[in-house]
Parts: sequence; structure tokens; C-alpha cells
Amino acid sequence: MMEHSDILQYLIMGVQSGCIYALVAMGFNMIYNATGIINFAQGEFVVLGGLLMVTLTMTVQLPIPLAFITTTAAVTLAGIAMERFTINPVKNPTVLRLIIITIAVSIIMKGIAMGVWGKSSYFMRHFSGSESLDFFGATILPQTLWIMGILVLIVALYIFFFNYTMTGKCMRACAINRDAARLSGINDRRMVMLSFALSAGIGAIAGIIITPIIQMDYARGALLGIKGFGAAVLGGLGNSMGAIMAGVLLGVLEAASAGFISSHYMDAIALFVLLLVLFTRPSGIFGSSAAMKLKEF
Amino acid sequence: MKIRNLFLSVIMTSALCFSAAAQVVADELHVGCIFSITGKASWLGEPERNTAEMIAKQINAAGGINGKKLVLHIEDDQGDNTQAVNAANKLIKKDKVCAIIGPSTSGTSMAIIPVVQAAKIPLISCAGAAVIVEPVADRKWVFKSPQKDSDCVKRIYDHLKTKKISKIGIITSTSGFGAAGRDQLKKIAAEYKIEIVADETYDPASTDMTAQLIKIKGAGAKALVNWSIEPAQSIVPQNMKQLKLTMPLYQSHGFGNLKYVEAAGAAAEGIIFPAGRLLAVDTVAANHPQKKVLTTYRDTYEKSYKDKVSTFGGHAYDALWILVNAMKKVGSDPAKIRDEIERTKFVGTAGVFKFSATDHCGLDKTAFELLTVKNGKFVVLK
Repeated sequence: MMEHSDILQYLIMGVQSGCIYALVAMGFNMIYNATGIINFAQGEFVVLGGLLMVTLTMTVQLPIPLAFITTTAAVTLAGIAMERFTINPVKNPTVLRLIIITIAVSIIMKGIAMGVWGKSSYFMRHFSGSESLDFFGATILPQTLWIMGILVLIVALYIFFFNYTMTGKCMRACAINRDAARLSGINDRRMVMLSFALSAGIGAIAGIIITPIIQMDYARGALLGIKGFGAAVLGGLGNSMGAIMAGVLLGVLEAASAGFISSHYMDAIALFVLLLVLFTRPSGIFGSSAAMKLKEF
Repeated sequence: MKIRNLFLSVIMTSALCFSAAAQVVADELHVGCIFSITGKASWLGEPERNTAEMIAKQINAAGGINGKKLVLHIEDDQGDNTQAVNAANKLIKKDKVCAIIGPSTSGTSMAIIPVVQAAKIPLISCAGAAVIVEPVADRKWVFKSPQKDSDCVKRIYDHLKTKKISKIGIITSTSGFGAAGRDQLKKIAAEYKIEIVADETYDPASTDMTAQLIKIKGAGAKALVNWSIEPAQSIVPQNMKQLKLTMPLYQSHGFGNLKYVEAAGAAAEGIIFPAGRLLAVDTVAANHPQKKVLTTYRDTYEKSYKDKVSTFGGHAYDALWILVNAMKKVGSDPAKIRDEIERTKFVGTAGVFKFSATDHCGLDKTAFELLTVKNGKFVVLK
């Protein structure tokens, strides 16, 4: 009854949404590593990226590459501003206090997005045509290929940055032991700012590439944030390679449960598996339980 | 000194204002409105709020209702059932309204029915589901202004029969509107000898329905009915295009907003859906009884708000005018208003209303016209 092409179609659909979850999860991890907190405004960066891109391409009529760069830069600045004005000035930065600040920021950003863009859904033309391509009996949108390609590119840049540049290595040092890093002369506060900049930038890119497929509105952030957070936890908090695999896995899992069990329970099944993993392996599938014990949160 | 004087005068003026407000209360008619102005159903609530404010302004500019000022108390339920119940309680207990119009969605309407029933306050809902006013025995105080979803289903099934299609798939949103539509689609199918071979749902916030569509295709459906009121519904035609599914797509009257067509783009072409005539005013015959009210409402709305008219605003238009007409006759007593609405005949944007003790919707399936999307516009299906 179930044909191979159908299974392939579910797989494509799953990987497509999985790539977005993975990008959101990477954003979570970036800030988690630098500060030990979960940034609940992560979903809002995605929304901001999507909406800004819609305005720049559909209203201002900028060419897509230029709009892409402008949007990413603008949202990165928003990330820096968030860190400078809300995280940096906190005198006694406990984890709980900072998390509550990020929740406040997410509500404010959502409000601003609602004020600026209103409440309707925005759509945007696909990067290169919306005619789907045949792929072994299944169909795939050119936009899906863009999403996969950009994820791979970001992962490559990520690996390069954290392994081969001094700044990247400093950030890793801060993530491993902030006090020791500071003692060796690394400006840890600057690293925190950098982590917000990078994670806002990645969030913006996720928003830009998914908007042609899902449409964007001011309230999308929460759900994207939850799914991305799920992927981050599944992959082991702080472990970005794990998050990418977990994100794609979560997407495929959702698609498979929609296809093989029931679309009525698609989200429930994905979250059920997430709980199951957390009960049996609290550090996530790809996380190390030894490292987990050393962490505050 | 100066500052102190200023301060005193502010207090005095506000005290004056308050006493003035207290004095004119007897010359005011208080009506409650509950709309989903923000949140997921804001596309419904916003035009409804705009319309209600527009009408109140018109009425008061023309001297009010029998010389009494119409005061609207507008509450935002954010599309949330709890908020709707809180709003209804506030309107009834604090603002002492004599009737309520709204809420915008079927879910929130169902949620506040027990409240208005207990308080004996007439409610004219702006939501589609037939269950809001049925069974009438348990809905003594509840009316509604949009067409019934069951009539919408009948129009779709009529059309399917003329196309000789008997195997269909349905895909519905899990919101109150979608769930009620799903029940009606399943209930009425047998009457028309239509077999539902696939029954899929989606969350109003979901972004991809490919999986559901593959299942529907696999089940051998010859046509698809998509039932939702949220923006997510325009993803279905896009996904169908992506999967190269060519079966005819029917949508509910919840598709009646050009923004949904814009969002679906080229994939929206050829979608068939039953809707009120407001969406295709220009293609309605000049001698149709609704022609005048439709044209007037559309023109004033579009002039006042610089925005496209939608059927949802029309539902608020009908609800408020039905109520105002009743209040013109019987004043502000809730029980008398209720009895008067039951006797009302009214030509509105949704159709020609004829309420009775057994029919609290007052519209039948002729209130719907089959529309289709052609070149990004709604036109009457020929």
C-alpha cells in the first residue's frame, strides 16, 4: 500500500523541516555555551529574519542575495543590541535571572514585530522558482535544496570558525571553563556578545530560507523555538553537531509519524519520543553524560 | 503654585467628566462585542471590530437609537476560550450590556454559550458552526449571523454530484471551526452517497501538509475538501502543487479572504468554495435583493479603512444591525430583544435572514454562492 516514492516524500519533508530545527538548535547552543542559559528569544530571531526578508524582497524589491545579506546583518545587530542592553548590564547574572530576561525580550520582540508588520501572514517568492522537481518518483522543491545547501554551508563555516580561527577557539575556551579562559586573557564578556551576534545571525538565516515555504507571521517564533529547543536537548545541550543530527531526526520523526501513524498526533508523537529520550538518556542522544554532570543547567 | 493649580484643574475636570458620564448613562444603550482582535484568528476579529466601530459611529452621528447613544464595549479574546469566557463575564457583570455580538470563532462561541444562557443575555455569534445554534432548545439566547457550515457542506456536495465524484478526501484544521466542519462533512456525506476515503487534520499553526496529502492521494480520493479558517489553509494548495496533485480542491467559506489567495499564489487558481456574495459583489446580478446592502457596505468599509472588505466584517455588520433593529423596536430589555430577534427578517451581507423560534441562524443554503479563484480574484462559478 505504501509506495517507496511516498516514503521518500516523507523523508524529504522531514529533512526540510529538520534543517530548520537544526539551525534554531545551533542558535540555542551557541548562547548556551557562552552563558549557560537558554535564549527564549531564539524563535523571535527567526521571525525577524523572515519578516525583514519579506519586506526587503517583496516591498523594497532588492535582489535576493543583497536582501539576504542585509537581513542577516540587521538581525545580527539586533542580537548584539539584545546582549548589550539586556544581558550585559545585569550585575549579578544568575542563570535564572538571565533566562527570565530572554523571555521578556522575546515578548517585546514579538510585540514590535506585531506593531511593524501587523498580524497577517507574509509570503515571499521562492529563491529559484516554485515548480517542484521530480526526484525518484517523489517531488522536491528547489527551495528545499536551498535549505539543505545552506545548512551544509553553515555547518562547514561553523567547523572552520571554531577549530581554525583564534576568536572561535576563544569562544570554545569560554564554553569549557569561563574562569580559566578569563585568567588566560580572553575577554569573556565580548565572547558572550559574539555568541548572541552569531546565534541571531543563524536564526535570521533560518527564517529567511524557510519563509518561502511556510509563510511568516509575528507569532511563529514560539513553535519554531520549541521545536528547535527540542532538537537542542535531543542532541545534548551545547553540542552543535549533535543538534544538527537531532534536528533532522526530529523532522523526519514528525514526518514519519504523520505519514505512518496519524497526522492528528504528529506533534504529540515527536514530543513523546523527546520525553522518552530524556528519561533514558538525560544528556541527549549525542551528549556526554560526564560533561552534563559538570553543568549548572 | 502654577503646577499645583494645573494639578487641581486636572482633578476637577476629570471629576466633572466622571459625573457627566454617570449622568448620561440613562440615555445610553450598552452592547458588548467580543472579537479575536489579536492572536491566530485576528484576521476575523480585526475587520469585525472595524465594522462594529464604523456602524456605531454612523448610528450615533445620525442621532443614536431612538435618541439614545449606542455604546460598544469591545473586548479582545485573542482567539482563546478562557479569555472569551472572562470577557463575557466582564461585559455582563461590570458593563451591564443588554446583548453581546461575537465571538469571532466557533470555539470561543461555544465556550461562552453557557455564560450567556445562564445570564439570559442575547448573543449573536459571528462564527460559522451550526452547533452554535443547534439544538435550539438548549440555545434559547443564542443566534448567529454567518451562514451555517452544514449548508456550506451541502453546496459542496451538490457540486460534487454534478461532477459525478463520489470518493473524496477531507483535510480539516483542528480548531473549533475545522473540527465542526469535519463533523458536518462526515454527517452529511451519507445523505449524498459520498464516501470519505481519507480523513486528515492539521494544526492551525502547522506549516507543511505534505504527509496528509500523500495519504489522501494513496487512499484514492478524487477530490479534496479543505476546511479551515486560519492562514495555514493556503499551504494545502501550495503543497498540492508541489506534489503535482491535480484533483479538484474545495474549500470552506473560511477561505473567503483575498489574503489567503495571495498567500497561496498561483496554486489558488481554480479552487472552488461556497461563500457569501460579498466577495464577488460585482458579479452579483443588479436585481438581487442583497445587491444594495453589499455594495454600500463594501464601499463604506473600504473607504474608511483603506483595506479590502472580507466576509468576516460582514458577519459583524449583520449581527450588529439585527441587534440595533431589535433595540429600535423594544429598547434595552434583554428578554424583549431576544424575542424580537426571533421575529426578525433582515437583508444582510450574508444573505436574507428569516429568524424563527426553530431557526436561530435564519439563513439557508441559498445564502451561499459557489465562487472560484480566477486570476487572483473571487468570481461567481459559472
